Amino acid sequence: MTTGTDPGGGIVLSRLSKSYGAVRAVRSVDLTIAAGETVALLGPNGAGKSTTIDMVLGLTRPDSGQVRIFGRSPAQAVAAGLVSGMLQVGSLIENLSVREFVTLVASLYPHPLPVSEVLELTGAAEFAGRPTTKLSGGQAQRARFAAALVADPDLLLLDEPTAALDVEARREFWAAMRAIAARGKTVLFATHYLEEADAFADRIVVLARGEVVADGPATEIRSLAGGRTIRATLPGVDLALLATLPGVLSADRHGDTVILTCTEAESAARVLLSQFPEVRDIEVRGAGLEDVFLALTEGQDRDDISTQPQETR
Amino acid sequence: MTSSVFLRYEVLRTFRNWRFLVLALAWPLALYLSIATANRHHSFDGISFPVYFMAAMLTVGTMNSVVTSGARIAAERSAGWTRQIRITPLSTRSYLRAKVICGYLLALLTIGVMFAAGTALGVRMSASEWLTLLGLTLAGLVPFAVLGIVLGHLLSADSLLPAVGGATTLFALLGGAYGFQIATSGPLFQICRALPSYWLVQAGKVALHGGGWPAEGWLVVAAWTLVLAPVAVLVYRRDTGRA
Repeated sequence: MTTGTDPGGGIVLSRLSKSYGAVRAVRSVDLTIAAGETVALLGPNGAGKSTTIDMVLGLTRPDSGQVRIFGRSPAQAVAAGLVSGMLQVGSLIENLSVREFVTLVASLYPHPLPVSEVLELTGAAEFAGRPTTKLSGGQAQRARFAAALVADPDLLLLDEPTAALDVEARREFWAAMRAIAARGKTVLFATHYLEEADAFADRIVVLARGEVVADGPATEIRSLAGGRTIRATLPGVDLALLATLPGVLSADRHGDTVILTCTEAESAARVLLSQFPEVRDIEVRGAGLEDVFLALTEGQDRDDISTQPQETR
Repeated sequence: MTSSVFLRYEVLRTFRNWRFLVLALAWPLALYLSIATANRHHSFDGISFPVYFMAAMLTVGTMNSVVTSGARIAAERSAGWTRQIRITPLSTRSYLRAKVICGYLLALLTIGVMFAAGTALGVRMSASEWLTLLGLTLAGLVPFAVLGIVLGHLLSADSLLPAVGGATTLFALLGGAYGFQIATSGPLFQICRALPSYWLVQAGKVALHGGGWPAEGWLVVAAWTLVLAPVAVLVYRRDTGRA
């Protein structure tokens, strides 16, 4: 699937760590990505996503640990044109049109895609003649995406690629990405949207406070994150009984309202309806992604408290 | 191959940057045409004023070309463009080389325009004298090209214009490029003679008298280059975090 590289190598991050002063941005991250895989790096702001991507690209030197890209160091992989990326910040060059900008980037790679094709695919064709400094946020993002794609790399890294896009543009972006991933590219993208990670990635790696807190197929992570609560009016019911229903993790009561925290809200709701026909006002709510991150990273606060004062001294 | 396309776009971008063109081309040309025309029958520093002032305005224009070209790295760093470049196969060496070549190409254009302006005002020199002036100017620009790269890594985008403008104006003023010499003897004169811009301005006179700079001139240009080059390496490494 990959060309001219060792497909067995894939992308290997081993014990990767990076601190900025007292802030431990990335803590001993181990991650192996097979060639051709599409992986989402999911996490809240400050989770270490950008730092991890910068280290994979060789922009930031890790304090310890290492990155191998198809058996090479980041610098070697970059020099060989195996990698391209869409960074979160800036990077549109002045005094060029969008087409010239993409052509310039294409010229730096050994086997670029045709510029017109990429402009078409990313929706940048309609403003290709415009100077790079006279673009809307969404247009600039498409131009950067075009520049990343035109390289036709084996590994594509995208740091929050849809941050400046509206809903429609976001949909078009992922449609274009699917076309690219279908060509067998390895893709690693950072996002803090679970829906994006779920819809696009084969696999989701959840990063929180610089650590990998979950790693698995998208469906698995979604069920982890898919913890939902059912609220319903059900007076006088035995809470202990409710807690044993399939898919229910715990049950709680506020007056006549019961609150069920579920792992599988659908089965729980089904059983609830059949066993308690008198149930009213059923309401199913998704637990927020932030709640899931908090749940996944519980117990690490003590570690923070014990290490930080020494480091900030 | 890859860096040649990059260079072509660098040149294209430079010529679309009107501030750059004004500083490197329009400003010295306008000064030359107005001041040298008014003084075209005078002599200065032992040679005809139009020759002296042609070399002087060459100094101003070409110095601006090469310093500004390197210093634009500051703007590209702030914009995140250098980070984007670092994740492409283009080596930083090619990137820096493109900046220097681009500055020199603009300098050559300035030289061509100033030579034409000089000829229009009655400057007559033999081919070998023109070539000497050309060669000395290109050689004297080396420390300024390195200075541009140093400033490009030290400055922020905001301080770019004032810092570059201030530095080149100071070099030009002390070097005698504005049609007068700050001092013709004493310690201040010694300081002026220790500047590469002084020797750039002197290139006109030296060319007319045949030969090149005296050893002192070459020494000054070489010393500035040798001192600035390690500084450039240092600030570059500090900036990119690379060893």
